[in-house]
Amino acid sequence: MAIAAFGHSGGAKPHKSSSPSRGSGKVALLLLAPGLLYLAIFYVAPLFSLVLTSLQTIDYSTGVPVYQYGFEIGNYVNVISQYGEQVGRSFIYAFFATIAALLISYPLAYFIGVKARRFPLIQSLMLTLVIAPFFISFLLRTFAWKQIFSNESWIVTTLQSIGVLASDQYLVGTPFLVIFGLTYNFIPFMTLPLYTSLERLDIRYLEAGADLYANPRKVFRKVTLPLSMPGIVSGTLLTFIPIAGDYVNASGLFLGSTQTSMLGNVVESKFLKSYDYPTASALSVILMGVIMLLVTFYVRKSGTDDLL
Amino acid sequence: MRKFSFGKYALPVYAVLAFTYLLIPIAFTFVFSFNDYRRSNIAWRGFTFDNWTSVCEAQGVCAAFGTSISIGLISTVIATTLGTMIAIALVRYRFKFRSAVSLLLFLPMATPELVLGAGLAAQFFNFGTEMGFTTIVIAHVMFCLSFVVVTVKARVASLDPALEEAATDLYGSPSQVFWKVTFPLLLPGIMAAALLSFALSFDDFIITYFNSGPTETFPKFVYTAASKGLPGEANVIGIGVFLLAIAIVLMIQIRSSIKAKRLASVK
Repeated sequence: MAIAAFGHSGGAKPHKSSSPSRGSGKVALLLLAPGLLYLAIFYVAPLFSLVLTSLQTIDYSTGVPVYQYGFEIGNYVNVISQYGEQVGRSFIYAFFATIAALLISYPLAYFIGVKARRFPLIQSLMLTLVIAPFFISFLLRTFAWKQIFSNESWIVTTLQSIGVLASDQYLVGTPFLVIFGLTYNFIPFMTLPLYTSLERLDIRYLEAGADLYANPRKVFRKVTLPLSMPGIVSGTLLTFIPIAGDYVNASGLFLGSTQTSMLGNVVESKFLKSYDYPTASALSVILMGVIMLLVTFYVRKSGTDDLL
Repeated sequence: MRKFSFGKYALPVYAVLAFTYLLIPIAFTFVFSFNDYRRSNIAWRGFTFDNWTSVCEAQGVCAAFGTSISIGLISTVIATTLGTMIAIALVRYRFKFRSAVSLLLFLPMATPELVLGAGLAAQFFNFGTEMGFTTIVIAHVMFCLSFVVVTVKARVASLDPALEEAATDLYGSPSQVFWKVTFPLLLPGIMAAALLSFALSFDDFIITYFNSGPTETFPKFVYTAASKGLPGEANVIGIGVFLLAIAIVLMIQIRSSIKAKRLASVK
């Protein structure tokens, strides 16, 4: 999906082989088996492990926690009542950050994919700029924003002096900055699929729309936007999923505070600090469930062939 | 041609602003790699080359960097091999359960890293596996695999089967055909997949954090250091990797654009 954007330089079209089933099914099996087995053991099985763990009970009576397999649906009830706020925050932040990423990315992708079409070298240089943030550590990037918006920074002091922020208000630790960081970090995931979609847009359709007396706004709404819908859908998915599970931006070490904790922050602390595996697993299962609903919706719309 | 609404300059100006926004944190990291920092590298204290000339001075940063490089290399080799095999099978063979296989390959990319990390860690925990270097490699191969398949698959699909058929007609054995014809033609795709896979592995923090035990990788070093103050040496390593990666990508792009021009002039 996102990576497809890089394949454009070759301009190669898929060859339809006259005999796609050359060789026997045995060869196919030999080629597929190791990788698929790997995924079965280290992707599928862990998901089941997660569900099993989420239903475990912990016995603290001996002093050390003893984890017992069980069918403790109550874990989920507890998790929702205790951490409903953080769960809700994850999806709300993810929603706003995805919208912001879409609004920022669309004109940029349009410029690279449509306006710069006649200059392939410039086009690919601009694509490099879009993915440039990926070449520097995710944590360093986020830390840099923390420095830029730190309490002593000129941005904060200026905002305080012109009265946008009160003199005891800062930016680090606010939902605004967390959403800002999430948006920034995942923008390339939005821009690349949008670009792939817009790059294929036939300009003659836009001209036809204009010739038929549609004003530019109408051409955009009736032609450009529907034709770039596949890019919007996959970009939204590719941005929303990692944002909903992120815990770096919202962490107090980076752009957030305890007031901005997301689902991921709770999972991190339950899993790695208080060793409450059932709670951490139940929260992960909830996140996975919501994401799977979104993915199912997407697959229904576009079919499994377009997945890879 | 009719002019469209956006105006002549609005979009280019917007693009420049957007690129500036994307590059600001990188520039900031670069500038602060020259900061004569003391305890924390947040405020500017003066210009120095010290962080660059003695990168390993900051405790643990070079060891963590080395660990990340070896994990990246090992995971990349395994993931690229397994993924290339799957990509070839997907394009070249017909088999049952095709959509199930596509789904299985797609799902890891659609699963939040948090779930991948916590799930694998729950599994290791249930089996009593000791976490460390090996469990990180296992995790990285798992999430890189699907990305390799996607990247290589595009290349396999653009390959003309007639070339292999010709080699077979010329009495090439199946293994000769593969190593002398198919593999060299797929190589650019495989290289791209390997680079992507290395980049994903090298920068991964979320999954690694859950499955690393006491092993320290570079992103983990940055995360832990963030609480007590990030050393400027970490900026040096980040920027060094950034410049290297940009150089590689630019080289590939310029080469392919020269090649495209040459092909166009032949036609």
